[in-house]
Amino acid sequence: VINLYTELQWLPTAPNDLSARIRAVQDATGPVGREIQAIANHALDLNQLTRLARAIDRRRKSGLELEPLTPFKLAVLGNGTMDMLSPALVASAARHGIALELVQPAYAQIAQEALSPDSAINVAKPDAVLFAMDHRALPLKLTIGDEAAATQTIEAAMSYIDMLRQGVKQHSGAACIFQSFAPPSEALFGSLDRALPGTLFNILDAINRRLAADCLGAGDVLLDIAALASTVGLAAWHDSQLWNLGKLPFGHTMIPLYADHVARTVAAMRGKSRRVLILDLDNTVWGGVIGDDGLEGIRVAEGDAIGEAHRSVQRTALDLRDRGIVLAVSSKNTDEVARTPFTNHPEMLLRLEHLAVFQANWNDKATNIQAIAEELSLGLDAMVFLDDNPAERGLVRKLLPQVAVPELPEQPDYYARTLAAAGYFEAVAFSGEDLKRAEMYQDNARRLELQKQVGGVDAYLASLGMTISFEPFDATSRARITQLINKSNQYNLTTRRYTEVEVAAAEADDSVFTLQVRLSDIFGDNGMISVVICRPNADGDWVIDSWLMSCRVLGRQVEHMVLRELCVHAAKAGARRLIGVYSPTDRNALVRDHYAKLTFALTGEEGDGTTYWELAVDSTLPDAAPMDVVRRGFDDPARDM
Amino acid sequence: MDSAEIYPRLQHVFDEVFDEEIELQPGTTAKDVEGWDSLAHIRLLMTVEREFGIKFSTLEINGLATVGDLVALIQTHKAP
Repeated sequence: VINLYTELQWLPTAPNDLSARIRAVQDATGPVGREIQAIANHALDLNQLTRLARAIDRRRKSGLELEPLTPFKLAVLGNGTMDMLSPALVASAARHGIALELVQPAYAQIAQEALSPDSAINVAKPDAVLFAMDHRALPLKLTIGDEAAATQTIEAAMSYIDMLRQGVKQHSGAACIFQSFAPPSEALFGSLDRALPGTLFNILDAINRRLAADCLGAGDVLLDIAALASTVGLAAWHDSQLWNLGKLPFGHTMIPLYADHVARTVAAMRGKSRRVLILDLDNTVWGGVIGDDGLEGIRVAEGDAIGEAHRSVQRTALDLRDRGIVLAVSSKNTDEVARTPFTNHPEMLLRLEHLAVFQANWNDKATNIQAIAEELSLGLDAMVFLDDNPAERGLVRKLLPQVAVPELPEQPDYYARTLAAAGYFEAVAFSGEDLKRAEMYQDNARRLELQKQVGGVDAYLASLGMTISFEPFDATSRARITQLINKSNQYNLTTRRYTEVEVAAAEADDSVFTLQVRLSDIFGDNGMISVVICRPNADGDWVIDSWLMSCRVLGRQVEHMVLRELCVHAAKAGARRLIGVYSPTDRNALVRDHYAKLTFALTGEEGDGTTYWELAVDSTLPDAAPMDVVRRGFDDPARDM
Repeated sequence: MDSAEIYPRLQHVFDEVFDEEIELQPGTTAKDVEGWDSLAHIRLLMTVEREFGIKFSTLEINGLATVGDLVALIQTHKAP
């Protein structure tokens, strides 16, 4: 689990064309800041960060623009070798929208640089000075068990730090960023170290507490390296071999993580922290799909392992709201259905009054997120979007690159941790204003008008590398088919439920046409996502007895491809028409216009809202969607598509 | 592990660590490669460790002069 941190797993992995993209931004004329930021927004390792930083440096040296990245001049004073860290700092800063210029004097000149008016850093007039010191930079004397001497040591260390602060304040006026001190990974006694005055552990503990309070009081910034090192583990943080080899202050695998923390701190100082958390609902805020599983079926209860995983997402969201982060919802659902758990489920922590905007509809999420940003009058770069579905994440990243979209692990247990690890809401101060902010934006889960689709959705679909596969029912899949038939509520035209015995009967009956559909894409295999059953009537037409689909693949044009497949098989069987029926339930309003959208003609309507449709089989096939087709198990494999 | 197996993987490591394209020869030394200073040397060796799943001693890291030495060292570590 340490890899979540060291490999920055909330970011997507580096693209295959990374080197080419880095080379392209190095020499391009014109503003390439956004592209640099987009490249940096991947889980880059130390080598990749170094290469990106070199491209940025070359641009700077050639006088080329880094717009629209925000310039920030940071002086770094450390007692270890900072050279290996510097490129990582520059590249990570770009990830957070900062064009970082480093001022880096020679090794181990911390006091001279801070105190002398004509030192490199004081002359450079940086925006901030980062004191990248570990405990080896402090004048520490270990006096085991001697409380008075220990107090003196702590006082001496604090006045040394204060002297550095005063020097910088006086000579350059820059803000100071101090690092807390990671405790040692080797104990002297053992557990006693923390309690006993004069041990290294005890002294650093005291210094860290004092330093945190001083920074808060003096308006300086604390970068909590002690917490960061503890999060990944002190044994992994401290690397004696690298210290001995090259005076590297910590293990090289920690550099991308450390650099990202410096960068997010600098970005926070420039007011670039995110301010809105937009939540997906199904399988993010609760386990399961409200439209299919119903109020009783979703998992959100205390005492249920899956429920508790999703509760922790809710609790995190509420905690963030308490510190001023605005919450919103973007869900593919019917508005009314999606609101039910908030109003009627006793175990829900989140309530409608916590949400500023509530967008539940069948639009794509990029469109909805843009609407949310406009409604709140906040930029897209203030938004974070949390969604378990990789295709939704990919779409939003592609179409709205300014929105932060964390990658999520398979296990919902780690959703909240991943969101926190990404540090989107890093802040360097907290005020009473912040407390009121979430309420200021409060509008009791307002629903916005449907918006015009943002551009680029079709190109995104084409980039998904989708493969759709068609097969008749078979014994292997019978259980899953039966499950889908009995579970699907929303994308279900007739909502006819069949037992496994009845499914087997349809499978064995040669006159009945059965279809199971699977979809895979670059994110993986979605498994079986659609089921269709057609029965011939006396006129030799095919009546579509059942047509259902998983909402997970909504908006992928799967239904168009299924219709093409039906037409081909119906034609082979000599059927003249496809007859469709829509039987309304309180769950399936989503597919009321299903047949109309697929160009079926309306032939009848009943008082209860049931509609009848037909399509001539010889009519032109609907356009093929951008996906490969695989066909298995049909006696007479259809050809000539 | 055969040196014919090592060179392509090592080439990949050099491409990751250094900007310029370097054609690896057994006799290639740090002087032949722009940017191969003592810190890049550490970064290089750490990347080699990750690529081959091995761990070098400080003595080994400091004792390397040529790419040929490095390949031999990887072979020692990967010996059954």
